[in-house]
Amino acid sequence: MLIGVIIKSLFILIVMVAGLAPVITWIERKQSAVMQDRIGANRADVNGITLLGLLHPLADVFKLISKEDVVPHGANRIMHLISPVIAAVPAVIAFAVIPFGGVYTIGGETISLVAANPDWGLLYIFAIGSIAMYGTVMAGWSSNNNWSLIGGLRASAQMISYEVTMGLSVVGVFMVFGTLQLQDMAVAQDGTFRIFGFLENLFGLALPPWLDWISLPAWGVFYQPLGFVMFLTTIMAENKRPPFDTPEGESEIIAGYHLEYSGMRFGLFFMAEFIEVLVIAGLMTTIFLGGWSVPWLPTETIIAAVAGIFGEGFATGICIIVHFLAFMLKVVFMIWLQMALRWTLPRFRYDQVMDLCWKIILPLSIANIFVTGAVILISEGGA
Amino acid sequence: MTAQAFLFYAFAVLAVISALGMVMNVRNTVAGAMSLVITMVALAGIYVLLEAHLVAVIQIMVYGGAIVVLFLFVVMLLNLRSDDFPPRRQRLMKLAGVAIGVFALSTTFRLFGGLPEPPLLPEGYGGYREVGLALYTDYLLLVEMISLLLTAAIVGALILAQRRIG
Repeated sequence: MLIGVIIKSLFILIVMVAGLAPVITWIERKQSAVMQDRIGANRADVNGITLLGLLHPLADVFKLISKEDVVPHGANRIMHLISPVIAAVPAVIAFAVIPFGGVYTIGGETISLVAANPDWGLLYIFAIGSIAMYGTVMAGWSSNNNWSLIGGLRASAQMISYEVTMGLSVVGVFMVFGTLQLQDMAVAQDGTFRIFGFLENLFGLALPPWLDWISLPAWGVFYQPLGFVMFLTTIMAENKRPPFDTPEGESEIIAGYHLEYSGMRFGLFFMAEFIEVLVIAGLMTTIFLGGWSVPWLPTETIIAAVAGIFGEGFATGICIIVHFLAFMLKVVFMIWLQMALRWTLPRFRYDQVMDLCWKIILPLSIANIFVTGAVILISEGGA
Repeated sequence: MTAQAFLFYAFAVLAVISALGMVMNVRNTVAGAMSLVITMVALAGIYVLLEAHLVAVIQIMVYGGAIVVLFLFVVMLLNLRSDDFPPRRQRLMKLAGVAIGVFALSTTFRLFGGLPEPPLLPEGYGGYREVGLALYTDYLLLVEMISLLLTAAIVGALILAQRRIG
């Protein structure tokens, strides 16, 4: 049991955090280059081998580590030193509850490919997200710089506001799947629903059987399209990347809360941001895009199809690999979506960020909860 | 010592030390607020040991996250320093603190050795399902009254703020 948890945690740390996060910085460079009709990063090389610019993250790390770590005069030294760590650690440990594979039975033992599956699942991510806030706020305050302080204050106000709406915008999903555990949500999405099935439930119509073929995967995005848009917006605002980067706002407050940071301590803020992009992608995938499930091919179908030729154990192994690849494919899609949004939209003004949160998303998310509740009540025959 | 007892003492010591850190840090209010965050998180750890999982997560989200950040917000904007507090009030505060400390210690000593056996917990105790069911069935009236009270507070705050601006 303990060994399983350690293996899963190591897998997450090595593949997700250490393996994929640096690649995202490369994706960002290339994506921005494509969108701005440039070539993008391609100069860093080892003996003339550039690997399409994939060595740039490595060069970044060397540059940041070899730079001097400056603590400004009059700064609160301890706070200044630990703030980047407070910002970076929650981003890494958020992966603990994101499932990267399904629930399988191998030799009578049930294996669930998620490092931790507590009862309160998604709330864990919200809780550590609210702790991560202190990293940016304290960084802004401890630097003894007014621009940093303004950046920290903006960050705290923005993150508190969006935390409220972030929670409310996924309540509809909780109601549809009836759980807060991310693995249970992914399992619930491993199937299909008939698009015209509601006619049968609501009006008692007898539908022709060929209509049953028209089905969609039971993904959260099809049950809660508005929830998908709102949750993506709010969680991107939590990450403070453009178009919600008012805490950094280069043209107004230079670089905001990490203005006085140099070397690897700046690198930690930088890394935290990119790891959060990854966490957001994994979270959106799990909640709204069916997690590891393959559309129209439930786990049993895959295992039954392969088991006929190679046997049960091998089939389960194949299924794990297929599910992991499906998960990664969706994660890469969500990363691409975030990058495309980031390089398309200009920065919102600060009051626009706040208006979007309190005047548009908050009422919409409450309306979403009411409509979802009403639909569930009617479809279950309660009213 | 079982793992649970060890964790309890670890969290309890952390909570007490950080709480003291908050009270003692008169000179640096921001450090005091950060100590308060550590107290909140340590208390959340104790709630987890008591099987109150939902309360623990809410403790971190609401108290550790939102509320202390609001404190920090105010403290940072006011930029308070130690000489901003008048010395006489400080002495009064110290006296009050000593009185409360003596009371807490005497209560602890009275309880020593005489704690009842904890009751057996029902299935799913402290999870979001049970807490939600209790809140929206048995205590519905109280929940609604609190929500009304909070709405009134928000409206009041808005009116006060508007008067100040206008």
